[in-house]
Amino acid sequence: MSEIEAPLIEARRVVKVFGGGLSGARHTTALDDVSLTIPAAEPMLAAVAGESGSGKSTLVLHLMGMTRPTSGQVLYQGRDLVTRRRGDRVQFHRDIQAVFQDPYDAYNPFYRVDHVLQVPVSHLKLAPSRRQGQVMIREALERVGLRPGDTLGRFPHQLSGGQRQRLMVARAWLTRPKLLLADEPVSMVDASLRATILNELRQLHQDLGVGILYITHDLTTAYQLCRTILILYRGAVVEQGTVEEVISKPKHPYTQLLVSSIPRVKGAHDWLDSKAGETADSERSSAGCRFANRCPAVMDRCWREPPPLYRTEVGSLARCFLYADRPEVTSDVAGRELASGPAANGAAPAAAALSNDKPESKD
Amino acid sequence: MAEAPVLRVQNLRVNYTTRPGLAPAVNDVTFSLRPGERLGLIGESGSGKTTTAMAIMRLLRPPARITAGRVLLGDRDVMSMNQSQLRRVRLSEVALVPQGAMNSLNPVMRVGEQIRDGIAAHGGQREAAQIRTRVAQLLERVGLPPDVARQYPHQLSGGMKQRVAIAIAASLQPKVIIADEPTSALDVVVQRQVIATLAEVQKQARSAVLLIGHDMGLVAQFAHTVGVLYGGRLVELGPAEQIVSSPRHPYTRMLVDSLPELEGKQRLVGIPGLPPALSAMPTGCPFHPRCPWAFDACRASMPPTLEAEEGRQVACHLYPKHSSLPEPPAPPPAQEPADRDAAEAGHV
Repeated sequence: MSEIEAPLIEARRVVKVFGGGLSGARHTTALDDVSLTIPAAEPMLAAVAGESGSGKSTLVLHLMGMTRPTSGQVLYQGRDLVTRRRGDRVQFHRDIQAVFQDPYDAYNPFYRVDHVLQVPVSHLKLAPSRRQGQVMIREALERVGLRPGDTLGRFPHQLSGGQRQRLMVARAWLTRPKLLLADEPVSMVDASLRATILNELRQLHQDLGVGILYITHDLTTAYQLCRTILILYRGAVVEQGTVEEVISKPKHPYTQLLVSSIPRVKGAHDWLDSKAGETADSERSSAGCRFANRCPAVMDRCWREPPPLYRTEVGSLARCFLYADRPEVTSDVAGRELASGPAANGAAPAAAALSNDKPESKD
Repeated sequence: MAEAPVLRVQNLRVNYTTRPGLAPAVNDVTFSLRPGERLGLIGESGSGKTTTAMAIMRLLRPPARITAGRVLLGDRDVMSMNQSQLRRVRLSEVALVPQGAMNSLNPVMRVGEQIRDGIAAHGGQREAAQIRTRVAQLLERVGLPPDVARQYPHQLSGGMKQRVAIAIAASLQPKVIIADEPTSALDVVVQRQVIATLAEVQKQARSAVLLIGHDMGLVAQFAHTVGVLYGGRLVELGPAEQIVSSPRHPYTRMLVDSLPELEGKQRLVGIPGLPPALSAMPTGCPFHPRCPWAFDACRASMPPTLEAEEGRQVACHLYPKHSSLPEPPAPPPAQEPADRDAAEAGHV
């Protein structure tokens, strides 16, 4: 597919190192050889998950062209994103929109909220006339369950957090991007509204074919919303595959730790008793796996050399020597797989994600 | 069971004085805590969780004002204490792990000094050596190495700072620890460690804990008893398993149903509408505009809090007529168009 049409965005083996100082001793590798292809033809519904400091937001910055990789490349329709020309920029913003964590930060407090909807209409020339633009704005608001009469003309502080976030989703309805980068869009929204907003994102994908890259630390919502998931740990992809594989049958010890740390509403009350996952006190540095000092399954080899990605299932990958008997996979291949998921399943998971059925386990 | 409660909150009412008038942030809240009990209070932002905690500590500042009710610590009335009495009671008997405890530490003071401060203010051990041992003990109890005492808060991770806050709260073995969203900014793995630490400390000192949170999973896993706040009202209270498995109040039921799970993909259904604004509370039950079960009485009058059985209370007009929550009338809330109607039912 990529031979026929250039992907919408392609991050190729991106490495990002922050800091360094004069000595270069205190640097942080925020992204380590991360590849991610967002195809133009088929809208993706994928999650990037990890704890704070895992590199999630750094990845978003790269995909938005807001920072330059230390090595590697980020291409937008085959052209380098950082050095793109001015003309490309309007097209880029038409194609790629973002929803951020704190909906309040996304607004200018001095403008009425209409502004965030009017600017894209005029800037991206979405409507032939002003009146037509107003009609489009009202439609978009209604799509996300906001009454235009109660919303337009207000200032950001007059809306609740949930309303502000829905307004951002309305903006996505309006601009109909090819890709929506949703960076923790519901982590600051109350529980009773969270499901509603996630559902609106799902509709956006379903009805308009908007691709969604959902950045989160919350595996539960990722599982519900997305088809595939990529788990980052300290800048490296540690596991990747369909949400069913990765979250229901995690392969990497880190993913296992993450999944077992989720406090379940229903089910066994053993969450507090489990001692697993104590952060290692020793700051023993590892030339090998970054998770070695916290890993319950650590082996000698893990301290010495960094593990590559291994193919654990048809469409699943894990960066762990526990799977050293499986075939190795390069970063490039991994990046191309995330959007479409395992080749064997094709587009089928899309339907599964929207139906009410429980996915059958494929043991 | 027969043990006398260490903390009793009775008909507590807190109002915020705002330009449009009095906003009832906490409205007729009643609950009690027995020694060693873990009570979780859950609610959305604006439901009155933190205000309740601050009222118990008597830490509210204007425009917030306690207008009715009593808070009893053992058999002493916190409401009638003067400032010096309050100062003695705080930390030694009721300790607070504040919201965002990571920012509640003094940035220019070493961790050890901050722990020492509280002990010294209450006339605890005076000997430097004694205090040093005590600080080391406390740090150990929350799973931190003793050299943390010499460090400044910025040298610690979020989870470590949160543990320091717990160490301070536990330093005088209080009867009650109030933890206000102690893990809201932490990652899941660290979150579990911090909550496990809190449970450990609580067990050792046999303190009662009031955990305030918005994450039903977390609260249900930690607490024995769960109270659900909505619009300043304690709409339901009961044993954690029962609240989750057989909620009685429609809000609790819809909240539990809206939570995404990991067992199979489900339809994502939120609660239509918005929580009420404190300044524009609906008449009657605060939840009626969003409640599919609502009938005339709900719009007309505030449902009283009923205690059907020991330790299980609910404030809803469906009771005592029903013994459990009936199926919702007419169109169930789990319909697509319900989302679209969201704003209709809400108060903007």
